[in-house]
Amino acid sequence: MLLAVLSGFLLAVAAPWVHRALGRHSGWVLALLPASLFIYFATFLPQISGGGQVVIEYPWIPGLDIQLSFLVDGLSLLFALIVSGIGFFVVSYAGRYLEGERDLGRFYVLILAFMGSMLGLVLSSNLISLFVFWELTSITSYLLIGYHHEEAKSRKAALQGLFVTVAGGLALLTGLIMMAMVGGSYELHELLTSGDIFREHDWYLAILLLVLLGCFTKSAQYPFHFWLPNAMAAPTPVSAYLHSATMVKAGVYLMARLNPSLGGTEAWLLLLGLLGAVTMFVGVFMSVRSTGIKQVLAYSTVMALGTLTMLIGVGTETALMAAMAFLLAHSLYKGALFLVAGILDHEAGCKDFLQTGGLRSALPITAAFASLAALSLAGVIPMFGFVAKELLFEAVLEAPALAGILTFLAVVSAIMVVAVAAIVGIRPWYGPRVDTPKAPHEAPPALLAGPVVLASLSLLFGLGAGLVDQGIIAAAAGAVHGAPVSVYLSLWHGFNLPLLLSVLTLALGLTLYFNWDRFRDSTRFLEVLNRYGPEVAYEKSMAGMVWLSEWQTRVLQNGYLRYYLLTILISTVALVTVTLMTHADILIAPDLSDVMVHEAFIVAVLLLAALVSVTTRSRLGAVASLGVVGFCVALIYVLFSAADVGITQVLVETLTVIMLVLVLFRLPGFLGLTPTVLRVRDAVIALSVGLMMTVLILAASAVQYADSISAYFIQESQPSGYGRNIVNVILVDFRALDTLGEIVVLALAAVGVYAMIKFRAEDNNSSTTLEK
Amino acid sequence: METLMAFTVGGLFAAAIYMMLRRSIVKLVIGLVLLSNAANLLLFTQAGLLRGAPPLVPEGAMQPAGIVADPLAQALILTAIVIGFGVLAFAVVLIHRAYEVVQADDMDQMKDTDT
Repeated sequence: MLLAVLSGFLLAVAAPWVHRALGRHSGWVLALLPASLFIYFATFLPQISGGGQVVIEYPWIPGLDIQLSFLVDGLSLLFALIVSGIGFFVVSYAGRYLEGERDLGRFYVLILAFMGSMLGLVLSSNLISLFVFWELTSITSYLLIGYHHEEAKSRKAALQGLFVTVAGGLALLTGLIMMAMVGGSYELHELLTSGDIFREHDWYLAILLLVLLGCFTKSAQYPFHFWLPNAMAAPTPVSAYLHSATMVKAGVYLMARLNPSLGGTEAWLLLLGLLGAVTMFVGVFMSVRSTGIKQVLAYSTVMALGTLTMLIGVGTETALMAAMAFLLAHSLYKGALFLVAGILDHEAGCKDFLQTGGLRSALPITAAFASLAALSLAGVIPMFGFVAKELLFEAVLEAPALAGILTFLAVVSAIMVVAVAAIVGIRPWYGPRVDTPKAPHEAPPALLAGPVVLASLSLLFGLGAGLVDQGIIAAAAGAVHGAPVSVYLSLWHGFNLPLLLSVLTLALGLTLYFNWDRFRDSTRFLEVLNRYGPEVAYEKSMAGMVWLSEWQTRVLQNGYLRYYLLTILISTVALVTVTLMTHADILIAPDLSDVMVHEAFIVAVLLLAALVSVTTRSRLGAVASLGVVGFCVALIYVLFSAADVGITQVLVETLTVIMLVLVLFRLPGFLGLTPTVLRVRDAVIALSVGLMMTVLILAASAVQYADSISAYFIQESQPSGYGRNIVNVILVDFRALDTLGEIVVLALAAVGVYAMIKFRAEDNNSSTTLEK
Repeated sequence: METLMAFTVGGLFAAAIYMMLRRSIVKLVIGLVLLSNAANLLLFTQAGLLRGAPPLVPEGAMQPAGIVADPLAQALILTAIVIGFGVLAFAVVLIHRAYEVVQADDMDQMKDTDT
């Protein structure tokens, strides 16, 4: 199992070389991986068809309780089969579709890595690894949308998709961690059996909202749907795979997956049912309003995702069965139709339905199977789409709440779906021949394989609904429901209300299709709404973020050292003051009784010299008093048993004074740059920092948290280090590495000093040569 | 004595901070020198102050006789003094070089030198 999930990534690494070695046939060879994965997953079918589940665990980060564990049940297997099955057609299709493109090797890397991530996502049982795979799909999607990275439009769409889905992903992570905290486990197969713990917990609503934010952004639910149509900037195989069949269904997958834990409440029904229905309606409405081939399909994908969300929200056995059937039906016909859209682009150069018409004679096979897939989309008997649509009507009619409004939206949407199906199934192929940008000709087998097989499966599963009923759909619906379901798929339900609705929607949908142009014109006034839509909100918030970061950079990174210092100092003083005030146990005991006269005299001179160096306006005076400060410090070292330190201090202080005198006198004299008010302000701040340090020293003198390690050095200096001067032994023996570091610092400083002096000389030389 | 040293260190810090808040770059350097002295003295004070007990082992003995001053703090201060000097040397030359390029001692004029 681990190998199956990771094989996508492994092959992705090798893909560019495979591509280079095999050239134009690389697509077929690489497609062998999804094909064999499909077969591998199919072997699980007997185990799970009765509602069973398989859990496979590998330790990953045992210390953090993160395992790489996989859960195979009806739901995850259905997704895994769709991902690998459609993956086969997409990879082989892409080999031909993008043939000769410079970046085809990179494309293979990304699409195979995506497949691996998507498989990991649907099969993960651990919440953290699920999230990691979830984000990996976002990243590969970002890179694939931006495949034509030289186009600004692609880059913008890619970023938009990334921002929207990753922002949701962040919310999702929080939600998942909260779930794990409530449920006491990161393992899905353990969490799914404990639904009541979640539903009765105080955090329920917070968890629900956070998780749904992740799902809704990923699955392009209103109002986050806008990124999906823009994502059509990707090459068509990517649109077919990521943005229709698989990745955008990740949100749906997670909602379905968590239904046993989080579902069944009023909030769940309202949020999913209503927002799903709204998404369904907005999606299909925008779909009919569009004319671009991929736009129509993209918006109808939004419709499908909304439908799935709505059905999961309704949550009855029929609804879940309908959701799983619709999921499969949609993946089949939408995969086929997107691949047909790619053929239209590749073989006839058409990107807009208005450019097409009468292409049946030029592309007979494509036309036939496109129409077949469109029939399934429209939900015409005997296609699998019909089975799903009947169940959908039945589910919304029986919904435990909101039945009226959901049914109304479902029927209106279904009418428009029929129109969309006619637009893609009739418009390009029949009627008078329209001149296309390229001379149209039939597609090669690699491009045809996908549409032919997927559309045929739509027909096959419709005629023989029993083929997928108990085998996988019921198992998947059972996994979503948390208990076996007793609904069966069948083509013929008898004469009932859903059938009547089906016929009604077909008739009205076709009417709408024949008045398509008039419909688009009459709804043009609605384009005003675009000015207030979610996409504008996205643009505004992005612009707002840029503004915010510019503003805070301006404020924080103002370029004045003294303001940086002031910020740091004032916050430090404030924090330390608050801490000192609130801790009553801090002892401060000033004790001046043991000061000797000569020590007091040295300190007085030191402080006086410091004061002079600060206040004097003469540079020589400042440097001289700085020297006095340094020598006073040296005296203190010597008086208090630190002879070595004192000697070093004297040497260094002498050098410092000489160096300062040499350099400073090449610089101009002090200027009175600051007004008196600011000087007073700085003095007050400086004094308060000084006072804070004094108080801190006094407070710290009273405590000793750990024993000093000095005792060891004192003890071992002579026996181990063979030296009687303990400080020296520490420097060259016990802590020799420190000393080595010190030497390195000095060497670097010396190199820097040398370089600056040397290069100046060279600059001067070159400028003098220029002048000559 | 620690109390007196605490005030000394506080005074040095105050002087150093005041100088670092000035616009003149030379004053910034003077502030840095004062700051490094203040920091070293802070370390020295915190290790405890002992009169006339250098960390030395008498000839022929294995351990020092009686309590001696903390040798570790002294070793650290030694390192700090030398590194402080290295940094100062670098800073001074850098300032000198910057002055030649910008022709200004005022840090406000060094704010934007990207040109």
